[in-house]
Parts: sequence; C-alpha cells; structure tokens
Amino acid sequence: MAAGDDILLRVEHLTMRFGGLVAVDDVSFTARQGHITALIGPNGAGKTTVFNCITGFYRPSEGRIALRHGDATAWEWLEPLTNCGERNFARTGGALYLLERMPEYLVTQQARVARTFQNIRLFPGMTVLENLLVAQHNRLMLASGYTLFGILGLPSYAVAERTAIERAKAWLDRVDLTARADDAAGDLPYGAQRRLEIARAMCTDPVLLCLDEPAAGLNPRESSELNQLLLAIREQEGISILLIEHDMSVVMEISDHVVVLDYGVKIADGAPAAIRDNPKVIAAYLGVPDKDVATVEAEVGL
Amino acid sequence: MGGDAPGMRVDTVRALRDAGITALLAFGLFLPLVGFQTVTDVRNDLILVTRWPLLLGVVAVVGAGRLVYSLAVEPWLRQRALLPALPAPAWRVKAGKWFLPFAIGFVVAYPAIVLATAGFGRAVKWIDNFGIQILIYVMLGWGLNIVVGLAGLLDLGYVAFYAVGAYSYALLAKTFGFSFWILLPLAGILASFWGVLLGFPVLRLRGDYLAIVTLAFGEIIRIVLINWVDLTNGYAGITGVPRPTFFGIPFNAEDDGFAAVFGLEFSPIYRTIFLYYLILALALLTAFVTVRLRRLPVGRAWEALREDEIACRSLGINTTNTKLTAFAMGAMFAGFAGSFFAARQGFISPDSFTFLESATILSIVVLGGMGSQIGVAIAAIAMIGGTEIMRELDFLKLIFGSTFDPTQYRMLLFGLAMVLIMIWRPRGLISTREPSVVLKERKMIGADLIKEGHG
Repeated sequence: MAAGDDILLRVEHLTMRFGGLVAVDDVSFTARQGHITALIGPNGAGKTTVFNCITGFYRPSEGRIALRHGDATAWEWLEPLTNCGERNFARTGGALYLLERMPEYLVTQQARVARTFQNIRLFPGMTVLENLLVAQHNRLMLASGYTLFGILGLPSYAVAERTAIERAKAWLDRVDLTARADDAAGDLPYGAQRRLEIARAMCTDPVLLCLDEPAAGLNPRESSELNQLLLAIREQEGISILLIEHDMSVVMEISDHVVVLDYGVKIADGAPAAIRDNPKVIAAYLGVPDKDVATVEAEVGL
Repeated sequence: MGGDAPGMRVDTVRALRDAGITALLAFGLFLPLVGFQTVTDVRNDLILVTRWPLLLGVVAVVGAGRLVYSLAVEPWLRQRALLPALPAPAWRVKAGKWFLPFAIGFVVAYPAIVLATAGFGRAVKWIDNFGIQILIYVMLGWGLNIVVGLAGLLDLGYVAFYAVGAYSYALLAKTFGFSFWILLPLAGILASFWGVLLGFPVLRLRGDYLAIVTLAFGEIIRIVLINWVDLTNGYAGITGVPRPTFFGIPFNAEDDGFAAVFGLEFSPIYRTIFLYYLILALALLTAFVTVRLRRLPVGRAWEALREDEIACRSLGINTTNTKLTAFAMGAMFAGFAGSFFAARQGFISPDSFTFLESATILSIVVLGGMGSQIGVAIAAIAMIGGTEIMRELDFLKLIFGSTFDPTQYRMLLFGLAMVLIMIWRPRGLISTREPSVVLKERKMIGADLIKEGHG
C-alpha cells in the first residue's frame, strides 16, 4: 500500500454477530491521519456496532482493527504483532495497537481513542468542570500517587489539578461553555450537552475522536457551529475524526472521506462528492433496488 | 389568590369521606395489631385479650388526623405552592455557615457538658449510650456512604466488614496480645481485604442483584462466625476482649491504672471519656478522608460511576478498580469501627452483626441523603439517639400506665419517620450535592439531576 503512509486506523474484515444476526459483515476501511472520515448509512446499517467494536465496547467476532501512533513505519509491525498475540507494540517514535484485543477503557487510556454517544452520556449530577476533570482521570490519578499523595495533600497533586483545570478551561472556551462551568451538566440545554460531550472526549487527549451522531437534534445554526468546531479540532490539534452522521449537510461539508454501510455491508467508500452520486448509496437511502433508482429519483425530483 | 379561587375551596364532604375511609383502613390494620393481645395467665395458659377502647382510640386519632389534614393542612399547602419561592432568609444562610464549627465544637465539648449537667454518677450513661453509640453509627454511616452514596453500589451486607473488624481485633488481641493501636489499622486492612474479596464476584452485578449478593455475603460472614466454633466460640461469643489502654496505661483500679497514675479517684468514667474521644477521632478521620477523597480523581471517578458507568469506561477509567477501591475504602472504615466496638464492649458475639444492623446503617445513609456527610450524621443522631431516648421517657408511664414500654414502639416510630421523610424529602434530609471543584461560584446541585447509581 504505497499511499498508506498516513493511515491512522485500519479496519479489516470486521464482522460482528449477535447470535444468528450478522450486524456487521466483513467491513474494511481505513481512516487517515488528520482526516475526517464519515460513516453513514440508513438506520440499522451497523454503524454504531462498528463504533463499539473500534472503541472496545464490543469484541468483534472476526477481523482486525489496528491503530497507529507516531511514525508511519509502525505499520511494518502489523503482521508480527497480530501473530504474536500481544495487544500493542511500542518503540521510540511509533506504536501500534490492536483495538479488538483491548477492553474499552484501555482503548481510551492507551490507544487514545475517545468517543461520544448517540444518546448523550454526560454525568448529569456533576458540574461541567467536573465532567471535564473526570475525563482526565488517568493523568490525575498518576499525579495523586494513586490517591496516596492526594490524601496527604502533597503539592504535586495540586499542581497537576491546576493544569487539568487549565486544560478544561481551554476546552470550555472553545465550546463556549465557560459561563456555565459550575452548573450541573444535566442542566445544560441539549446543544450545549452535545458540545460538552465532545469537549470531555477531547480532554482525554485522543489521537482519534469517534463521534456518534454529534449533530443529532441540533438546529441548523448549532449544526454549522459544530462543523466549525470539528474542523478546528482537525486543523489545530491535528486530530483525526471518525464520525457517524445522518445529517448530510454535516457529512458533505466537513468530511474528507465517506464510508457507506447498508445491512452491515460496506457498499461504498470514497470522497463525499463521489458518494453523493453513487447510485448504490442513493438506492440504499431511498430503499429501492439499484435499477429503480433513476425512476425514483425522477419521482422525488432529485 | 383568595381562598375562593376555583380548586381552592375546602370540600367538607370529600374531607369527611376521606376521613371515614382512612378510619376504616386503620380499623382493619390495627384490629390484629392493637385490638388483640395475647397474655399468659396465672396458670401459664395463653389467652386472648381484646382491647377495644385502645383500638377505637387509635382509629379515632387516625380518622381525626386525616380530617384535619384535608380541612386545614392540605389547603394551606396548596396555597403555599402557589406563592413564589422565597430566597432563604438571612438567618438561615448565617446558621448554615456556622453550623459545622458549632457542631464540631459541641461534640468535642460534649463530655464536659454532660459532666457539668448530669453529674459524675449519671454521666457514664449519657456519654456511652448517646455519645459513643451514636458516633459508632455516624462512622459506619460515613463509611457506607462511600459505597452507596458516592459510588452508587447498593451494599446490604455492610455489617460483615464491621464483624470482620471486631473479630480481627478480638481474636488477635486475645491470642497474640497485640495492642489496640497495632490492631486498629490491621483490622481496617483485613476488612478492606474482605471488601475486595466481596467486590470481585459482584463486579458484574447491578442494582437488585448486587443488593441480594451483598446481603448474602453479610449472612455468610455471620453464619461462619456462628458455626466456626473452634475459632470464634460460636453463639457464646468472645469474652474478655482486651480493652484499649491510654498509651499503655490501663483503665483499672490498680496502682498502675489511669486513675492512680494521674492521682485521681478511680471511676469508670475516665475510660468512657477516653473511648468517646477515640471514636470521635475515628469518625472525624473518616469524614476528613471522605471529604479529601471526593476532591481526588478516585472520588470523582466514584461519583462518575454512580452517574454513568458506560461514560466512565469511554473515558478510560478502569471501572473494576474503581468499584473495588470503593468497596475496600468503605470496608476499611467498618473495620476500624468494628475493632473499636470490640474494644469498647469487651465482649462480642454474632448477635451484634445481624442483617438488622446493616439495614439500620443503610437507612441512616438513605435518610441522611446519599452522599451527604452532614445529612448522614443528623440521621444517625436521630435514629440511634431516638432509640436511646425512648428508654428515658419514663414520664410516658404516667400517661399510659406502668406497663407501658416505649421501646416496644421503636420500629413503629421508625417506620413512621421513614414514611414522613420519604414523603417530604424523598432523596434524604440533605439531598443537594456540593461540587468537588469550582471555577467561579459554588452552586449546589439539585437532587433531581443526581443519579442514584444502579449497582
């Protein structure tokens, strides 16, 4: 793969079965460093299942999900790593993780993949600021000497906590929630909760941010603000984004690459413009067989 | 907003009907409970006595109470609900600010106050039954609060760790002669070890299932204590558990005893006062550590776990370890309290560690407001102090006759108090949550937003 130098995430032959139901069937795609990759498809196509496999919430029935840190030459170690049965491989300048072998918390902690949820999962009874500090748990835990130094009140923890609050404040500024930092997260309006969830995921310091329908329930103005936020995250932090989305205005406007699933199978993969004109995709969305697409399109005035 | 507005009228007919139904229900309920009494007569036969006047009296009180509620209290409440909520009056804000230093000052000065008011002779009872007894439960409540209130893991077998602490102290002190100060931390460590041991199998359980398994664990410990006679002496319990010393000076009437060394006349009160300050220090340690923990990442992870476990996992938090630390921490404080209990009593038996004990501690936490330290302390004072005070209400005998024993009505009053609390304050006495970290302004978080955890 000559052009594979900037590949960050490689999903290969991913299959997920629940009993007799095949939710995801032999799906392969890649996500590139610094790109926004969108995963689209009609309801029930298996997008969230793919997400859950990538983020470790499900253990896939078959397939390999590999993530690279740092140097692109780390990919050379993919086969040896797969064969030796380890989860990850690291050396100076690069590392490789096999996400299907890791439990969800290590996917975030070590492989640095952060995610949000389709139905927002904040900590509603904790303040906005607390939500962002919980996201920095592992770093703070280390600084508090696994609680021991913290109980004794050693200054090293106080410094680390101040740094964590600074980081949280920076993200609050970016998602425009500084004024509500001390309010309960459950008290925020819907759009603000969506933004907070993204900020919280970013506080875990990820290399790949997985967003499950971030624009769901947002009005057009909020949705375009979200686009700006995601583009800014990509530009300024150099973070790659993997995105499930139904809102085509978001998908077409910001994504660099689109993967389309239907009934658990990948039906298309390419640049947004190409996807828009792909008859298979249109057929999947309109729910008609390929050969009838032209007729139906004419009917609905596409 | 006059009383004539629609819906504001007092409907006398309905009120009377409601009162009638309530009285009827009360009659049905109290007929077997109050109406009949079984007594043993002189020939040792069991005979049934009816108590119609008492039954009718109870029914009349209940019916009249309902009538008053419908006619007077309900309209007043409805009226009040229409008024805009007033900000808390200034005196209340001030009182809130001074409450904590005042409360700590009071508990520190309590033995002196008792000595001054009740005199030397009666002081032991007041310090022991009220002071020490309540403080043990405050400490247990605060310990369980970590597991239930912060981490949201419903633990119905908390008394098991209390038992582990008590038996660890009693057995190790009797067998090896270790001092209280060595065994106190050791008992805590052993209890937290058992906490982790319980934690492992129940990690995957949630809600009701978790509650049932923890309940079973509490019973297992108690039944092992009963049946492992070689080690624990079974039902008979362990007697002659060494008492704590004042840094090596025993509290006895000998020449090297506390009273003799300090040139005082011997009295059991010195030991009681010492024990009081000991448990006070232990309880304050529990509170201090819990307050600190809440502001540390581990404490925030506990609360986050209570709020949403899946979100926790998505943020890279190892929920297994987080749950285990909560169990271990909670168990550790129960272990401390247990070893103190054994040292104070000098005698322990499995009877002290029944499920009722777990239920009492849990209801202290629930009544106080899950997660609230002050609420739990107030609930412990009300529940344990309330039980003790019922023994003191001798004047009731003048009203109800000399055979009246108020402690028999303890459970009834508990039930009543519980119902009232659940009506007025369904999330406990203090249900708001104080944020663990603040950027600009400290705002309390309302109970409606806080999750209760689901195991």
